[in-house]
Amino acid sequence: MKGFTSVFKRELQSYFSTPLAYVFLVIFLFFSSFITFQKGFFEMREASLRLFFGNMPLLFIFLVPALAMRLWAEERRTNSIELLFSLPVRLPEAVLAKFFACWAVIALALVLTCPMVITVCYLGDPDWGPIVTGYLGSLLLAGTYLAIGSFFSCLSRNQVIAFVLSVVACVVFLYAGSPSVMNYLAGFLPAGLVRVVESLSFRSRFESIQRGVIEFRDVAFFVLLASGWLWANVIALRGRIAAG
Amino acid sequence: MLEVKGLRKAFGPIVAVDGISFEAARGDVLGFLGPNGAGKTTTMRMLSCFLPPDGGTASVLGYDIMAQSVAVRRSTGYLAENVPAYDEMTTEGFLKFVCAARGINGRKRQQAIDAVAGSCAIADVMHQPIGTLSKGYRRRVGLAQALVHDPPVLILDEPTDGLDPNQKHDVRELIKDLAREKCIVISTHILEEVDAICNRMIIIDRGKIRADSTPEKLREEVNGSLDEVFRKLTVERREVHSEGAAVPGGAG
Repeated sequence: MKGFTSVFKRELQSYFSTPLAYVFLVIFLFFSSFITFQKGFFEMREASLRLFFGNMPLLFIFLVPALAMRLWAEERRTNSIELLFSLPVRLPEAVLAKFFACWAVIALALVLTCPMVITVCYLGDPDWGPIVTGYLGSLLLAGTYLAIGSFFSCLSRNQVIAFVLSVVACVVFLYAGSPSVMNYLAGFLPAGLVRVVESLSFRSRFESIQRGVIEFRDVAFFVLLASGWLWANVIALRGRIAAG
Repeated sequence: MLEVKGLRKAFGPIVAVDGISFEAARGDVLGFLGPNGAGKTTTMRMLSCFLPPDGGTASVLGYDIMAQSVAVRRSTGYLAENVPAYDEMTTEGFLKFVCAARGINGRKRQQAIDAVAGSCAIADVMHQPIGTLSKGYRRRVGLAQALVHDPPVLILDEPTDGLDPNQKHDVRELIKDLAREKCIVISTHILEEVDAICNRMIIIDRGKIRADSTPEKLREEVNGSLDEVFRKLTVERREVHSEGAAVPGGAG
């Protein structure tokens, strides 16, 4: 446990002792609200954050891999990984500690969007259900992106490669369920497989959570998927270290 | 305290360490010598539980490096080649992190850090980011990190590389001081260092142990300086080897 807490604390500190966290927070806060107003927040004449949460899947697709790409790539490039594992820290502990530290930064970014909540409260009488579940869904979605980013970050010492691969992987998962992809796949895949692909899509699950419907299977989907990627991260990292 | 049996590691077709075995006890300062690429660093990485070996075993204080790696790492201090560290952290923050990961907290932690700051002469740079330190300071911060939990076994990969002559002298004195209580393995290609601090030396070349003896004995055997011993054991074999390899080409 002390391995986890010490690495977690160190990681969190390193986000704030370098410009990384500040750049991420500012860019995220700017674009998350800018796009919301751009899309007609006022014209909608509705006291809800539907538009605001609707941006999250696309916004996170670039910002989360940008935050995640350094997780292991940098550690391997500077070889500080050799120092890290000469300490009595288990590899899964380190993977989880880094993941949760990065997730905490994203959670902070979401907390800092509270002026949006204040705005809709001031303008009207919002339904609290979709706001709470919107935040929950965003956090789960970001966590899943992050697990994907963390995995690709351990594959290469090069952060750019890690970034590009994780963006692509996230895009695949996000758009798997979109109608155009579904139509295309239905042209040559059996219906059963198309349904499997559809069920892997982030988008429909995120949208149903965001609408205020929290279903166990949607939450479990994100949690399981993120755990799966983190588990793959542990295996891949072990292999990378052994290969020298 | 340290027992190595048939340790082997290959990277693809290149066999970096080819079945080496040796032992070291408390009070030993074991010098690990060899030309560049001989397998010194790979061996040390395996002993510090960073690299898993392909074959063979090693144990530190009776703990197996594979099965009980956390216990091994708890009782080992390791200074890696090129001194990896987190460059954005200050020396103090870095040492605090190392202490926390090793379960040293509170007043004990401050005592431990103060002690290594003195013995490694890094008190002046405690508040400086590690990335801005000179090579000499960086290496001593790495040394401090390896000593901060007062481990019974120390594995130091080129501990004096990049230090000026005075600093080299200080670090050697420190190692000699520590040797009474600990088992220390150092790698180096500076032969005078072996003479200055090691009571045993192992010469390794292309993954195999060529000599395991004391500096005095080796000198007697060759009847010359350590330089000659080193050359005899590593260069001559290489020549024989390359001549052997040249034969089929010549015949063809």
